[in-house]
Amino acid sequence: MTITSAGPTTPLVPAAPAPVAASDAELVSFSIDGIETSAPKGTLVIRAAEELGIQIPRFCDHPLLAPAGACRQCLVEVWAPGRDGKLAKMPKPQASCTLEATPGMQVKTQHTSPEADKAQHGVMELLLINHPLDCPVCDKGGECPLQNQAMSNGRATTRFVDVKRTFPKPIAVSTQILLDRERCVLCQRCTRFSEEIAGDVFIDLQKRGAQQQIGRFDTDVLGFVGDVPAGAATLDTSGKPFASYFSGNTVQICPVGALTSAAYRFRSRPFDLVSTPSVAEHDSNGSAIRIDHRRGVVLRRLAGDDPAVNQEWISDKDRFAFTWQSAPDRITTPLVRSRNDDGSRGELVPASWVEALGAAAAGLRAAGAVGVLPGGRLTLEDAYAYGKFARVALGTNDVDGRARPHSDEEEAFLAHHVAGRTLQVTFADLDRAPAVLLVGLEPEEEAGILFLRLRQAVVHHRTRVVSVAALATRGLERLSGTLVAAAPGTEAEVLDGIVGGAQDQLGEAADLLAADGAVILVGERLAAVPGGFTAVLALAERTGARLAWVPRRAGERGAVEAGLLPSLLPGGRTVADGAARVDLAAAWDVDSLPAAPGRNASAIIAGARDGSLGGLLVGGLEPADLPDPALARDALDRVGFLVSLEVRASEVTDRADVVLPVAPPVERGGTFVTWEGRPRPFPQALVSHALPDHRVLDRLADELGVVLGLGSLAEVHAELDQIGGWDGARAEAPRVAGAEPAAVAPGTAVLATWHQLLDAGRLQSGEPHLAGTAKVATARISAATAAAVGVADGGSLAVSTDAGTITLPVAVTDMPEHVVWLPTNAAGSAVRDTLHADSGDVVRIAAGNREVV
Amino acid sequence: MAEPRKKPAPAGGQVARPTGRQVARPAGKPAPAQSSAAVQPRSAAADVGAPASYEPLMKPAGGLRGLLAPVGGFGVTLSNMFRPTVTEEYPSEKVPAKPRYHGRHQLNRYADGLEKCIGCELCAWACPADAIYVEGADNTPDNQRSPGERFGAVYQINYLRCIFCGLCIEACPTRALTMTNEYELAGPTRAGMIWEKQDLLAPLRSGMLAAPHPMVEGTTDTEYYRGEVTGATDAQRAWVREHRPDDPTLPEGDGIDAANERLAEAGATAAEMARLVAAANKQGTR
Repeated sequence: MTITSAGPTTPLVPAAPAPVAASDAELVSFSIDGIETSAPKGTLVIRAAEELGIQIPRFCDHPLLAPAGACRQCLVEVWAPGRDGKLAKMPKPQASCTLEATPGMQVKTQHTSPEADKAQHGVMELLLINHPLDCPVCDKGGECPLQNQAMSNGRATTRFVDVKRTFPKPIAVSTQILLDRERCVLCQRCTRFSEEIAGDVFIDLQKRGAQQQIGRFDTDVLGFVGDVPAGAATLDTSGKPFASYFSGNTVQICPVGALTSAAYRFRSRPFDLVSTPSVAEHDSNGSAIRIDHRRGVVLRRLAGDDPAVNQEWISDKDRFAFTWQSAPDRITTPLVRSRNDDGSRGELVPASWVEALGAAAAGLRAAGAVGVLPGGRLTLEDAYAYGKFARVALGTNDVDGRARPHSDEEEAFLAHHVAGRTLQVTFADLDRAPAVLLVGLEPEEEAGILFLRLRQAVVHHRTRVVSVAALATRGLERLSGTLVAAAPGTEAEVLDGIVGGAQDQLGEAADLLAADGAVILVGERLAAVPGGFTAVLALAERTGARLAWVPRRAGERGAVEAGLLPSLLPGGRTVADGAARVDLAAAWDVDSLPAAPGRNASAIIAGARDGSLGGLLVGGLEPADLPDPALARDALDRVGFLVSLEVRASEVTDRADVVLPVAPPVERGGTFVTWEGRPRPFPQALVSHALPDHRVLDRLADELGVVLGLGSLAEVHAELDQIGGWDGARAEAPRVAGAEPAAVAPGTAVLATWHQLLDAGRLQSGEPHLAGTAKVATARISAATAAAVGVADGGSLAVSTDAGTITLPVAVTDMPEHVVWLPTNAAGSAVRDTLHADSGDVVRIAAGNREVV
Repeated sequence: MAEPRKKPAPAGGQVARPTGRQVARPAGKPAPAQSSAAVQPRSAAADVGAPASYEPLMKPAGGLRGLLAPVGGFGVTLSNMFRPTVTEEYPSEKVPAKPRYHGRHQLNRYADGLEKCIGCELCAWACPADAIYVEGADNTPDNQRSPGERFGAVYQINYLRCIFCGLCIEACPTRALTMTNEYELAGPTRAGMIWEKQDLLAPLRSGMLAAPHPMVEGTTDTEYYRGEVTGATDAQRAWVREHRPDDPTLPEGDGIDAANERLAEAGATAAEMARLVAAANKQGTR
């Protein structure tokens, strides 16, 4: 695609350069099947054979997991020079997946060595002794390494006549992951994944010999009941109910059908499926995925293989949350709302595109000033179209893609530091970083793959992770991270305190960040902290650490690059800069662009409410995500004319005058821009007539008498390439002083909150198995705060404001006093919707009178 | 040469010999496209030219033989008048096909009425004509349709594609899919040629209990496969009585025939095809 092409100008979002292969330090020469080869020292024989195109059967071997030598299927005959330099045969066949190549070694695989072939046949026969013949009912049938390798490297007939070992059919490890122990060949890929990659051990080997099996913590299986100490004790890892955001990966890497997912159970066979590579739409990592679909229905999603981004892993949300795209409440035709005689809103009526676009254009024209709220889930192309539509067709800068708490300081930060600076910090940089400071960011909850990459850096390169947050989560523990505790609202103060020579943690953090290659990752939540971005920029300058912004949603970074901010134009151009406006006006072939800085999202909502904005054009956003949902709903009710571009019926479409249906990612092509600034183009997977946003906006602009020229992806890409980056002046860095922390009266606390990966979000609806693996919504307070309000651990806590009350079970946690943490949007804990409050606000806490189980 | 031809020579040969109609051109200068298109290129066969005169391969008979030759062919007709007839009077008389004839498919049941199909899709996989489409689903305690974990929720055979090769029934791991001797498969619509699961399911027989119902207590799919289940049990009947009190296959119900009638009604495609075939047969009957 054109975005990746190297033209005369730099594209708006240039593609990442191809990774440079690491220079080989020391090569060893050896031969496999008589073919002389050389590989870097330490290369496993099985990998070297792959390079030569020699296939050795294997089950336990996985390139991203540590060698285990568990299945013994990859046996080869090995001759190696002894101490006397004479070539001698190793007495027994060796497992090539654990054997490092040494100089002069001669490996003979099953292709040249009858001994290796016989050994492999023997291992296969042993593996199949207890493997049930239930391939017809097994989900793995047709794509099963055991099936395939039993055909290629096994005996044609069985000699085993006894009764096979059986286990009760599947154990539900979680609502999503099912374990069928009969089928297991004990390769330990799943246990190694959960131990080495995800860090949440949930299943492990149990028992011995023929009874050896993978299992969860189960005293019946283990045959013992653990001794319980008299005093208080924490639960051991295996005693906890299993909850992992990455468990779906074990299903994908299981070489047999032992681990299957409830969502895909018995759904289809691989020969039914058409696979389309794509990019996950749930977070800003841009994970490569593979969409498997049959007859226009997506049946499953698998992790794609992209070493630069997600390696071979994806989060469960990326894997299982796809049913929203074909939910029953999908809008399939344009809808136009009739008006009652008294001018109040009537019913939505299906209409033709011509009719609906005509009505939308007429309404927008009559509305006068129109604000644009596109939401944060757009592709780069759509974001660009929204920006151009607002500035060219509507003639306004009142456009803001941030459907979340935001601030002018954040806007300045994005314009100054983020826009037009792509690929400044990448995943590869995290691998090399000696230290990573997380500010306002909970990687496991808000950016799943970032968590896995950080954990890889921690495990392999001893990267030190420091988090400035209200409490240390289990995710941070698994990163072996250090918490620099900061009550919400005091982050700026804490960041300012990270100076060399400061006391304990702060000084230590400063020393860590001063190291070459250190990285600061700042989350979107810092927008709620006055002075937060100012402080973090100052910290980066002070310590020399590189700074990257990690938003939560897939479209946020693309929106910044495309200029979906009231003061920002595409490529880091600012509205205030006359040269930038002239440059862009020339590219867009218009006389001039609006020069007045626009309103931000809150101001647009306020404007729609007080009538200074006559119309709103709203993309895919939920009022409940906005800082004050009640205010937003009121604004949507009151605004003169409301146009909604939506995939599914929502609170916005309920109020809209014209609803224009748009395509979900699976039914259109596009490009997501990751937090790194990496363009992640993806093709259309399903055949569909649904139109992408940019095409709808193009047609709407046509109705308004303006030619946008964004009717196809090719046109958008050509324009993005033509506009290119901006080498002129950048926006000034924000300078906002930190605010005084709110005073906390008795019976109140400061609210800390962030989203959990799996919660009540709309993009996860329609997938009950996935919802079952979400964490139970729990409020967290410190022991002293709990004692002050008279709540015990496990009791019920009522958190309230004037707007409403959230009652949740409480977990007493080591965290600052007078702070209460709630999940932002978990089931039963819709913080913004219920409390109209956000991180840093003071809320009332009391013992809940409702008994919470 | 260059005689006028009755028919244009078949197109084919790229190099055409100049004919009288072709304008001679200096060598090296290509003819304009228009004129070259107007002249039919002559094929190589045409170049060989026709023989000067026709000579029959068989010499014409002479004498008496030659005299009787025009009516000699009736001898064959006369001699066959006294031989037994081999014509089958289909559709007036329907001759049964041979026992192993590859006819329409059938989805069989176990002796207690549970379906044999487990929705494994091996038949669809084996099908060289891509005529079979299957979707599996979970057996649940409330909806146990086959022994074990999995059953075929969607089962379609497209008889416009099926070539009756029988690879599907060879692939079937549970002998759920077999072929009957039924060969009257015709219809006026495409949709009517796609048979659904309810069209293909075998009729219930005595002792069977209509699915869904639980498996025979204490058994697994292995016992079913080995044929150790010989009929519905009291526990199964009790379950059906509780969940579907008016099921005709219960002992107190309307009976197997009524159940099969209901089944036939459910199989709308099969019923419609049966109606069409019957009408066609009636029309064709003398």
